[in-house]
Amino acid sequence: MSTTEAAEATDQHDAHDHPTPRQYVNIAVVLAVLTALEVSTYFFDFGVIAIPLLVVLMIVKFIYVAGWFMHLKFDSPIFSRMMYGGLTLALVLYALTITVILLDQAPTL
Amino acid sequence: MSAEAHATTLGMDHRKLAMWTFLGSEFLFFGAFVSAYLLYLDTTAGGPGVEIFDIPFTSVSSFVLLMSSLTMVLAHSAHSRGDLRRMRLWVLATAGQGMVFLGGQVFEFTVFYREGLELGGSPFASSFFVLTGFHGIHVFVGILLLLSLYTLSLTGKIKPNQDLKTEMIGLYWHFVDIIWVIIFTVVYLIPEIAVLD
Repeated sequence: MSTTEAAEATDQHDAHDHPTPRQYVNIAVVLAVLTALEVSTYFFDFGVIAIPLLVVLMIVKFIYVAGWFMHLKFDSPIFSRMMYGGLTLALVLYALTITVILLDQAPTL
Repeated sequence: MSAEAHATTLGMDHRKLAMWTFLGSEFLFFGAFVSAYLLYLDTTAGGPGVEIFDIPFTSVSSFVLLMSSLTMVLAHSAHSRGDLRRMRLWVLATAGQGMVFLGGQVFEFTVFYREGLELGGSPFASSFFVLTGFHGIHVFVGILLLLSLYTLSLTGKIKPNQDLKTEMIGLYWHFVDIIWVIIFTVVYLIPEIAVLD
């Protein structure tokens, strides 16, 4: 057995722990409902909760896709660290950019 | 060579780890563009701003891309069961949905351009086109990968026991989808609602 084939045979064995097609369809239905709820904030007035609601829905959808479709829920935790590590760095970058701009605009003596 | 020779220090396939490292770095890539977009949101230089967005149209595109993640994961599921015929069907469905999304984006860009939102027109326009344009390029690359997977499978170059290949392309595709989940909310919905308020 070649190196690649051996590795793939192992991967295929691991894949047996993954969800069934029916579970994937159920997750997709949940995602569709959440998207419909997101879009409804454009058509109906949700007042002050609209933006926090959108942020929460975005995070929930993100977690569902990453956890179920990308198998982070079932795979090695190191993959989750890779993903959330990158995401954290992106958020830190945004926070730093905002800070620099705010400091730049701050009144000076 | 034996399977033992492939043992890694982390106990997992290096190709999959490499893909995850790449995807992690891609968050930083898109994070920079999203940051720029949010910072330049109000700098329209007298040109069109977020009010130009057609939320119902983009919602349909977003839904199509979201559902393409389902067909992609079903393709991987079929491949892991050794069912290549069904895998190819789902791969084609995923690529088709990707094309619909991309077609929608081209249409949207054309409409925006005609309404005065040009790439160099304002910092807002530049950051919007660069962010969504790079995402579109990622979708295009994903479609090429999917069509390659389909062709290689059809010609027998991908075997039923090689589902890692489908999984790797699937990871990339889901990443493209997950980035759009963020873009749809942060770039389209939240600024549009803020303007309406």
